[in-house]
Amino acid sequence: MSSVKDWAAPNPVTENRSGIIGKGVDRYEGKLKVTGTAAYAYEVEPPSAPAYGYLLAATIAKGRITAIDTAAAEASPGVKLVWTHLNVPRQARRGERINPRSQRPSNPALAGDRIEFFGQPVAFVAADTWENARAAANLIAVTYAAEPAVLDFRASLDQAEMPQGEEDVLIGDFEGAYAKAPAQIDETYFSPLQNHVQMEPCATTAWWEGDKVTVHTSIQMVKGGQHSLAETLAIPSEKVHLLTRYIGGGFGGKGQAYDDLVLAALGAQALGQPLKLSYTRQQMFQATIHRPAVSMRVRLGAEPDGRLNAFAVEAITHCARSAPFVEHAANFSRNLYAAPNRLTGHRLVKMDIPHAGPMRAPGEAPGMLSLECAMDELAEKLGIDPIELRLRNEPDVDPETGKPFSIRQLTECLNTGAQRFGWSRRNPKPGQVRDGRWLVGMGMAAAIRGNFLLPAKAGVRIDGTGIITLRQGMTDIGTGTYTILAQITAETMGVTMDQVKIELGDSEFPPAPGSGGQFGAATAGSAAFEANMNLRKALAELAIGDPNSPLYGGDPTYVTFGNGNIAIENRSESLATLVSRAAPEGVYVEGAISPAADARDYSQHTYGGHFAEVGVDTVTGEVRMRKMFGVFAAGRILNAKTAKSQVTGGMIWGVGAALTEGNVVDNRYGSFINQDMAGYLVPTHADIVDLDAIFLEEADDKANPMGIKGVGELGICGAGAAVANAIYNACGVRLRDFPMTPDKVLEGLMAKGL
Amino acid sequence: MRPFTYERPTDVAAAVKAVAATPGAKFLAGGTNLLDLMKLDIEQPTHLVDVNRLPLAGIEDTPQGGLRIGSMVTNSHLAADARVRSRYSVLTQAIVSGGSGQLRNKATAGGNLLQRTRCAYFYDPSKPCNKRHPGSGCSAMEGLNRNSAIFGASDACIATHPSDMAVALTALGAGVETMTADGATRSLAVADLHRLPGDTPHLETNLAAGELITAVILPPAPPGGQVYRKARDRASYAGGLASVAVVGNQVAFGAVAHKPWRAEKTEAALAGGASAVEAAHAELAGAQDNGKNGFKIALVARMTADALGQASPGRGA
Ligand SMILES: Cc1cc2nc3c(=O)[nH]c(=O)nc-3n(C[C@H](O)[C@H](O)[C@H](O)COP(=O)(O)OP(=O)(O)OC[C@H]3O[C@@H](n4cnc5c(N)ncnc54)[C@H](O)[C@@H]3O)c2cc1C
Ligand code: SF4
Repeated sequence: MSSVKDWAAPNPVTENRSGIIGKGVDRYEGKLKVTGTAAYAYEVEPPSAPAYGYLLAATIAKGRITAIDTAAAEASPGVKLVWTHLNVPRQARRGERINPRSQRPSNPALAGDRIEFFGQPVAFVAADTWENARAAANLIAVTYAAEPAVLDFRASLDQAEMPQGEEDVLIGDFEGAYAKAPAQIDETYFSPLQNHVQMEPCATTAWWEGDKVTVHTSIQMVKGGQHSLAETLAIPSEKVHLLTRYIGGGFGGKGQAYDDLVLAALGAQALGQPLKLSYTRQQMFQATIHRPAVSMRVRLGAEPDGRLNAFAVEAITHCARSAPFVEHAANFSRNLYAAPNRLTGHRLVKMDIPHAGPMRAPGEAPGMLSLECAMDELAEKLGIDPIELRLRNEPDVDPETGKPFSIRQLTECLNTGAQRFGWSRRNPKPGQVRDGRWLVGMGMAAAIRGNFLLPAKAGVRIDGTGIITLRQGMTDIGTGTYTILAQITAETMGVTMDQVKIELGDSEFPPAPGSGGQFGAATAGSAAFEANMNLRKALAELAIGDPNSPLYGGDPTYVTFGNGNIAIENRSESLATLVSRAAPEGVYVEGAISPAADARDYSQHTYGGHFAEVGVDTVTGEVRMRKMFGVFAAGRILNAKTAKSQVTGGMIWGVGAALTEGNVVDNRYGSFINQDMAGYLVPTHADIVDLDAIFLEEADDKANPMGIKGVGELGICGAGAAVANAIYNACGVRLRDFPMTPDKVLEGLMAKGL
Repeated sequence: MRPFTYERPTDVAAAVKAVAATPGAKFLAGGTNLLDLMKLDIEQPTHLVDVNRLPLAGIEDTPQGGLRIGSMVTNSHLAADARVRSRYSVLTQAIVSGGSGQLRNKATAGGNLLQRTRCAYFYDPSKPCNKRHPGSGCSAMEGLNRNSAIFGASDACIATHPSDMAVALTALGAGVETMTADGATRSLAVADLHRLPGDTPHLETNLAAGELITAVILPPAPPGGQVYRKARDRASYAGGLASVAVVGNQVAFGAVAHKPWRAEKTEAALAGGASAVEAAHAELAGAQDNGKNGFKIALVARMTADALGQASPGRGA
């Protein structure tokens, strides 16, 4: 295993001779997407005319199917098959595995008469058209025996348990130090259940050739999807060819396979015909995963100068009874501020609603809404500027583990942000700045999000025309993965972008873990980099060993790549010339990355500072953004444009969390009240107005060979808290219940006599 | 699929006859509401009569000094019309506060008036709803009903009418012209177009089966300033939590009842010399809170007082 020290040496990416790294290069696949020619899973054309599937969803939260009558559906026009738990083909039992090294266990559909959540698929219809399948599904009569269900999170907090294997982290004597602290904050913050609301619903197009199935599906993890399907069908992994070339948003919600994948495969097999199956918009809300609601108690005990002496962040969250998942909302706080006496931990309520699961910045997104507001409350209590309060609690080493930071530029983010945003314009006293019927205020928050590197591989091939094709079982969920891999390849090989092809999303390509946890760019990118470095070596050997090459007999350590050429000083030839002559069939090599053995010796994160200015309508309680600015430090930035899109997109999620987004379970049925995008409100353009973000110069040589880190989740972390703090600064209304909708703000205004 | 037939006549009388002659037939205008509801199996027309080719897409001056707006005029055109913008700015303000640009490009004056409620339970066919299935019950009553009515609700239904345009039309005292199944023309006030839910929330308007709205008639604008104010959860593309239209001394509220709500008590109070705040409260005194929508009462009172002040800066607060 390697050491982080191996990564410190300069390399083609860190030297960046042609300047492609960091440039705001346009999207590699942008033209295909804006012209509608990028085929998403449901749109992929199968080899012959497909059948169309439709899922029927349960309408109770918990219980049993006692009868299910499909006669009318079977007789409905165009119907080819109707499956329920009584006649669905055999699948492996849930959790089973037959393939060695399988990353995911079996996940059967329609697996029994038990209903575990409202929206659970209970029947599957395939027909000649989607409309006929849907019409038939609506004719299925299901009789249920309902059972009492736990549906109300806020009313069930007292049932919260310690998650298995997750003891609280206790350092020093929190209770003692807190009791003695001259300044105390003890507040509880609530963030609601949220849905991913990807533009593209889960969808699969499947067909069989002999005993091998091809599935085009919308999933963030290629291997995970392939293995899950193979285990469920109880066939070898090689018999599943999974493709996921374009994905219309994932956000963690497509980190796993849903019933569309297995039922499309089984349906296509049973019919001997390709089959398409997708979730409806309503089923995306009801029958996939969501971010659970979080109730966070924050206790801060500080000295009069603001130094924290006692620090506790405790989260209560929920998950489905049968699918344990912890939203680690307190984890981020373990690395953020110095304080000698600490308590952090999680509690979990098991509920009878759809599965909770990861959603963009799991943990930080809801978690930072609490602590970063509590810090604002403490700053006000002590009469200290909120930025200054954070600077006074800046740790030298990781506050929990004592490990050194790989690099930590939080202070620089906050100071640069304050200056660029104009923080000095802020009146620390709330409710002082009027603009007509608006009260105007500013708020800030810190951002932190961990950085990760996972094992990955990549393959790269150069052909006789000099075209270099990188292949990887990686996904691009709309973040820009195609583009940055093309940049890394072009810069490493010394060629232009149009000499590079990127092929992703195929289970037969060298595997990468996929998109999630903001590890994608660093992980897939590093493997791609290693593959290209290996290609350089292979081409150098080829040239040096070829009597017809001008480089023949040279010293491989002096070989350089640039302008499409391979060279030793002034002896050079083009890559196309070399390959077409010396290896006309092309040269293919692979490369791999894995975490360094000593990577865990460092506390490694990405950081940022958020600054928000809002107006509060004193008549209606409506909050409108006026300006938002973020400064981030996240290693070397590969692409100025796609990286900025990621962090500003994250900041917009923060605005949504603060002002509009959330779902609520109807306690009588177990269903969500918002089931479409007219009800579940994500911010629109008009909600954002003036938004900008910058990155600080940084290279984290403990992260990976290129010194890059993830940016996909950092932008959300803390963003909503900056907005909430700005609301307080504007009008003096301190809300702790997200989202801060007009009804809540208005109540606060009226309570203040405004 | 649920089969339906389709035709696209070019003659108004033929369109009316086609709907009148076919049980379960419906007019299709912009389709931005009807098609969504068909996809959810909530609307189940047997026959669609597409009215987009009818010669009803013009805006004309009336001899009385008002405007006659063809029912097929799109919301975008109506809001942008120079006469509307200068003489009926409340209508432009109301329309552009609704939906999104794409929706307004498709939505028509007739269809906007007849759009159905946005009650979340109405949109969820797995739930009881008296409007969808008379007698099945009202899920909103004990449910998550922050957006429900504060005026004129019944034990059967607490839904609100979501149109913004209709609120401005109500404040303007506008009317609609229709053609009935027998080919006759009739007129009624926009304020009389919609019904309160009572025991029959599935009956939403006073139009007869097959009756087509052919035009919206704007009377000459009364003197005084015009203001449309809408409070909503996000800055655009969201239905109102509540809205207020003020046209001189004429006032209507939106998203507070099963129909656009003419605030007659507010108007009477204004006529009697009440201040803006007093006048606002005169109507709101009759509002009913059902536990989760109480904020609307304060919200409408504050918006009304503010909008009255903005419309007529000379008026006492
Ligand atoms: C996401 C979303 C958000 C929205 N937000 C808002 C908002 O904020 N404010 C707002 O006001 N609206 C909003 N709308 C609603 C939108 O304004 C309506 O859908 C639109 O006005 C309907 O007009 P249409 O022409 O498309 O009607 P259609 O959908 O074609 O028809 C609606 C109904 O009217 C009937 N009909 C149509 N024309 C006639 C006629 N001439 N005579 C008799 N019957 C007729 C049809 O049979 C049908 O029953 C929103 C809609 C959506 C989808
Ligand atoms: S309020 Fe009306 S529309 Fe909503 S559920 Fe009740 S009856 Fe149906």
